[in-house]
Formats: sequence, structure tokens, C-alpha cells
Amino acid sequence: MSSFNENKSTVIETFWNRPKWRNLTFQLIVVALILAFAYLLISVTKGNLEKQNIASGFAFLDSEAGFEISETFIEYWADDTYRKALWVGLLNTVKVAILGNILAILLGLFVGIARLSPNWLVSKISTVYIEVFRNIPLLLQLLFWYSIFTEVLPPVKEAYRPFANVYVSQRGFFLPVFAEHPIWIWVKGLFGLGLVLTVVASFFLKKYREQTGRIIALWPFFLVLTFVIPLVSWLIGGAPLELDLPKLGGFNFNGGISFSPEYIALLLGLILYTGAFNAEIVRAAIISVSKGQWEAGRALGLSNIQNLRLVIIPQSLRVMIPPMTSQSLNLVKNSSLAVGIGYPDFVSVANTTMNQTGQAIEGVILIMLCYLCFSLSISFLMNLYNRMHRLRERGS
Amino acid sequence: MRVTKNPDKRKLPTVVAVVKWSKENLFSSTLNTIASLTIIFLILKGLGPLFKWLFVDSVWEGTATTCRSSSGACLVFLKEKFVFILFGFYPRELLWRPIVSLILFIGMLWWSKEPRRWSKRLLWRWVKLLALIALLLKGGLLGFESVDTQKIGGLPLTLILAFFGMIFSYPLGIILALARSGNLFILRNLAICYIELVRGVPMISLLFMASVLFPLFAPEGLVLPKLLRAQVAIIIFMSAYMAEVVRAGLSSIPKGQYEAADALGFSYWQKMRLVILPQALKAVIPPTVNTAIGMFKDTSLVVIIALSDLLMTTKTSLKEPKWLGFSTEAYLFVACIYFIFCFSMSCYSRRLEKEFSSRRKG
Repeated sequence: MSSFNENKSTVIETFWNRPKWRNLTFQLIVVALILAFAYLLISVTKGNLEKQNIASGFAFLDSEAGFEISETFIEYWADDTYRKALWVGLLNTVKVAILGNILAILLGLFVGIARLSPNWLVSKISTVYIEVFRNIPLLLQLLFWYSIFTEVLPPVKEAYRPFANVYVSQRGFFLPVFAEHPIWIWVKGLFGLGLVLTVVASFFLKKYREQTGRIIALWPFFLVLTFVIPLVSWLIGGAPLELDLPKLGGFNFNGGISFSPEYIALLLGLILYTGAFNAEIVRAAIISVSKGQWEAGRALGLSNIQNLRLVIIPQSLRVMIPPMTSQSLNLVKNSSLAVGIGYPDFVSVANTTMNQTGQAIEGVILIMLCYLCFSLSISFLMNLYNRMHRLRERGS
Repeated sequence: MRVTKNPDKRKLPTVVAVVKWSKENLFSSTLNTIASLTIIFLILKGLGPLFKWLFVDSVWEGTATTCRSSSGACLVFLKEKFVFILFGFYPRELLWRPIVSLILFIGMLWWSKEPRRWSKRLLWRWVKLLALIALLLKGGLLGFESVDTQKIGGLPLTLILAFFGMIFSYPLGIILALARSGNLFILRNLAICYIELVRGVPMISLLFMASVLFPLFAPEGLVLPKLLRAQVAIIIFMSAYMAEVVRAGLSSIPKGQYEAADALGFSYWQKMRLVILPQALKAVIPPTVNTAIGMFKDTSLVVIIALSDLLMTTKTSLKEPKWLGFSTEAYLFVACIYFIFCFSMSCYSRRLEKEFSSRRKG
């Protein structure tokens, strides 16, 4: 009798004392709790939706949107579908994200290096810029820039004219562009191709240098591929020089290329905010390169700028890239604040869609999926880069 | 890069010292001279009009009409709306209550900034203080007149969102980080999913969830105030970021510490509580403070779901027809408030970093 009891208790004790079993039980309990919560949530939501007569699903995407979008990359009319409206919003987000990231990185590099300058004034100004823009909420900055447009700049009729045919007013920036001509498509295409070919050429030149030790400069390739060839094609096409000028007509400018105040405010805010963070990253990365490297560069007779370009920056890139990528991602995510100043980015369009159709769940899911795709693709690219550029020790 | 201090500096007369200093730091080469002169020119050109706008042409007395006829800053607007921007719709006759709470709160923050004061007793003091502040702000007990929660706004609301966001997301972040770096397969993957999912989406989408989706998810009869929903969204968002900070701390602890704790026969929780976490959390105090700064700034996003925080009260006061068009003044004023808070926090984090790193070295 007593031995039976003892036996039973040992069985339970051994079960509980084996980490493997104990962990499994614990985890299963957590999973069960989560599943129960999810089940509860889904059933309650289903009930709520039925009560409010909201049909779930993405069928609404094919119905007519019925709202205008102030700024579109592709042709869009109010009687297009929601699908197209969201697509327009997505392209607007991409438009801000790409240009914003390029400029924010350039600004960060510039200010980050300037902060380490031996010139007292330059380094202090950089510090002030970084501290001010890092410590003020982005949304407030966006509202501020936007208010400058709507309140400080003159109305359309009295637009500033800093240069001939360039206008700045409450309605945004208006610049002249070359009038449409079939050859411009060719020039643009060849320029893009030239850029790609330059990258390819740099790869081969590097290989050649590594194998033979002889250096061939890259810049002639760059010049010919991206400049001379498009120029020649432009000349062959008849060298059209006709300009499409912005002209005041009715309540706004027509013609030329225009940038809306929302777009400029958003872009400016994102660049200045992210640029400040990028500058700190650049500074930290440059400091992380050991002092011996500076001295070695100087001993070889390199000038300060050569030293930075050839010795310091290539080494600090390894430290710089991961946090810089996360800043790029932040910029993409922060571009969703466009909804605060009325730039029609993905979130604003999705928000309008949600308000009109009542499909709130689908709308939020779409927003989340969209940004998750951005995040995952950027982190995938970063991992690729890291694998290519990781520190290779001697002998490996 | 560092400028070495000149030992003879004290002996030089001031003028000579200034000339020598500027020769070394401003005009050391042609390029530097050009840069310095350009910056001086730009500063003079930019600061001049700003100074004129803010101090010379500015309007201190009068009405909106006086402001409109002047080209300077309209400080009358700020004088008039100052209280509204800071405290929102809080009843004017009870205004002393949020003011006292604010002073108590900031005073207590100041008091507890010294690492040597960090103890359990301080924690208890904080609990007591928060209860007192809650009583002051909300009222309804001990003869304090009750105030509608929706009337709490402005700076107190911003501080509430940031502070409670911090104290709830910190432990949550620790638990997530432990799950992510532990060896329980299912929990680890759940934590990874949660952290990556939340970090991959913008905070606005979570706020939309709190404001638009919550009524759909909640069972009938469960109505939570918008403030609480936004607070939960902020906590969910920030805990993922906190988790990554804590995880960095956990991975900075040498393996020997884990092994030593195992050798002493500690259980998992003993090991974490007594050996690993105290070191890991201390190692990441600066990034933790940085995350807190980020959270303080991100509370301003509740504007998008129309909660009356500091930024929202500013926007509201600008919507009044009488005061249309004075955004620059208002936004600069609020920017100063945000800047003071964030900048002092970041200085504090730098000081802690220095203190801890010097202590570690010797």
C-alpha cells in the first residue's frame, strides 16, 4: 500500500522534474491560452460584424472609390476602384520613401562628417542641428513645415519667383520641364541603362585590379555611359529644347512640373528628422575606426579627404549599415504620418477607404501587410549586404 | 581629432588667446576659413530676421487684429492660449490641481535621477506619488471635486501616456526578450513573431486598431475610454522595441555568468533575477532611455485619433477663427516644450553612460 503511494508520487515528481516535459507542458498551456483568446476574439468579432451588417472580405476592393486623390503618379479618376486608389497611395508612399531615404542618407553622411570637423563652428552647428531635430516629434515638425506653406508663403497670384519660370506659393513649387517629345523617353532609358552598366563595369574593374594590380579609373566609363551616350541620342533625336512652362491660369499654375506643399513638407520633415539620426550613426561609425588607421593613412601621405574616402569610410561602413538600415525602415514607417498633413500616401487612402466602406479590419490588415512587406524586403537586402561585406579575417 | 589643451593658455592675455583659439579652430586652412566665413554669414543673415521677428517686431499686448497688422511674432496668442495648450479643457477653477501634479511629478523625476537613490523605498515613494497625482487629476475622493477623464489634456496627458507606456512596456519587454533568447521553442517563436510584427508596422496602424477596430473586437457592453485604448496601443508598440533593447543587454553578458549561476544550482528564474538581469539591464540603460525618448515623442501621434494631448490642444487652439494663421508661434512654443523634455532625457542618458562605463573600468 505504502509502496504504491510512493511509486505514484515519484512518477509525478520525475515528470515535473524533467525540464523537457515541464517546458513542454508550460508551453502548451501558453499556446492553449492564446488559442482560446483568439477563438473568443474571432467569435465576438463575427457576432459584432453580423449585428452591424458589415460583410467581411476584400470584395469591396473592386467597387467604385468615388473620391479624388490630389496627387497621383498614375492616371486615376474618382470612378476608379478602391484597388486602384490604394495602388495610387502605395506609389505615393514609395515616391516619398525612395527620395527621402536617398537625401536623408546624404544629409546624414555630410552632417556626421561635419560634426567631427576640426573647425569649431562647423562641428557646433552640426551638433545643434542634430540635437534640435532629433528631440522634437516628427509629427510636430511636419505640421510646422506644412504651416509655413499655408501661412507664410504667398497665395498663387503673388507667388515668389526666385528664378525665371520657377514659382513658389501656397500651392507648392512649380518648375519648368522639357516639353514632351519621343526622344526624351529614349534619353531617360539610356541614362538608366548607363547607371546599371556603370555598376557592372565597376565590378569588372575591381576584378581586373585584384588580378593584375593595375588601376583603371571608373569615371570615364561613368561619363560615357550615363552622359555622352544619352546626349548623343538626344542630338540624333533633333535636340528638342522646348520647355513646358508653368503658367498662371485660373486658380493655379498649369504646365511644368509641380510639387504639392504636402509632398514638400513631408519630404523635408522626413529628411531633416532621419538625417539627424543618420548623422549620429555616421559619427559613431567613424569614431569606431581605430585611431591607428587615421595615423596610418596620414603616414602614407593621404590628405584628410583621401583618408576619409579610402581608409575610414570603407571600414566604418560595416558599423554604419545595420543601424542605417533600421533608420531607412523608420523613414518608410514614419512616412505614414502623411495622414496628419493630408498627403495621399497609402495610410491616408486606406483611412479614407475604411471610413467610406466601414471595412476597418481589412483596411488595417492592408496597412500592416504593406509595411511588413517593406520591412521584410529591406531587411532581406540588408542581410544580403552584410553577408557580402562581413569582416574577412586573414586566411579565411 | 581632439584638440589638446594648451598648457600655456592661462598665461596669455584674453585677446591674444581668442585670436590664437580662432586661428586654431576656425581659420586653420583655406577650406576652413571659407567654411567658417560662410557659416558666420549665414548665421547673421538667418538670425537677424528671426531676432527681429521674435523680439523687435513682436506683439506683446493687444488683440488678434494688432497682431495681423504687425510683421512680428504674435505673442499675444501665446499669452492667451498658454493655459489651454498646457492643460486642455481642464476646469479653469481647478487648475491648481494639474499644476501641483506636474510640479510633484517633475520634482520626483529630478529627485530619482541619481543612481545612488535607486532602491525599493524609492519605488514605494513613486507608487504613493502616483496615487496622489491620480487623486489630484481625477478627484472624486476626500472632498476633491471629480473631473471628467476626457477633460484631462495637454501636457499632463502627454506625460501620462509616456510614463505609463514606459512602466508597462519595460517589464513586458523583459519577458519578451527572455522568451526570445530562451530555449523554449514555441515561446521563442511566438516572441519573434510578436516583436518582428510590431516593429514592422507603423504606430499609426496600432492606433487605428485601438480607435477603430477595438469596438468591433470587444464584446458588447465593454466600452473602454479612448485614452486607455491608445495607452494600450502605445504599450504594445513600445514593448517590442524594449524587448530588442533588453535582448541586446542579455547577449552582452558573458557566457561564464550563465554557467556560474548554473553551477550554484540556481533555477532559471533565480539565475535571471539574481545574476543575469541586473547586469543586462544596467548595461543597456542608455538605449533604454533613448527608447523612452522615442516613446515620449511618439505619444504625439495620438493626435491622429483625436486625443487631446499637448500637440492636439495646440492644433485645437489654432482652429479658432480669431487666431487662424499663427501656427508658427504655436508650433515653435510646443516644440520648445518637447525639446526641453527630450533633450534633458538624452543628456541624462549620456551622463549615465559615462558614469557606468567609468565605474566598469575601475
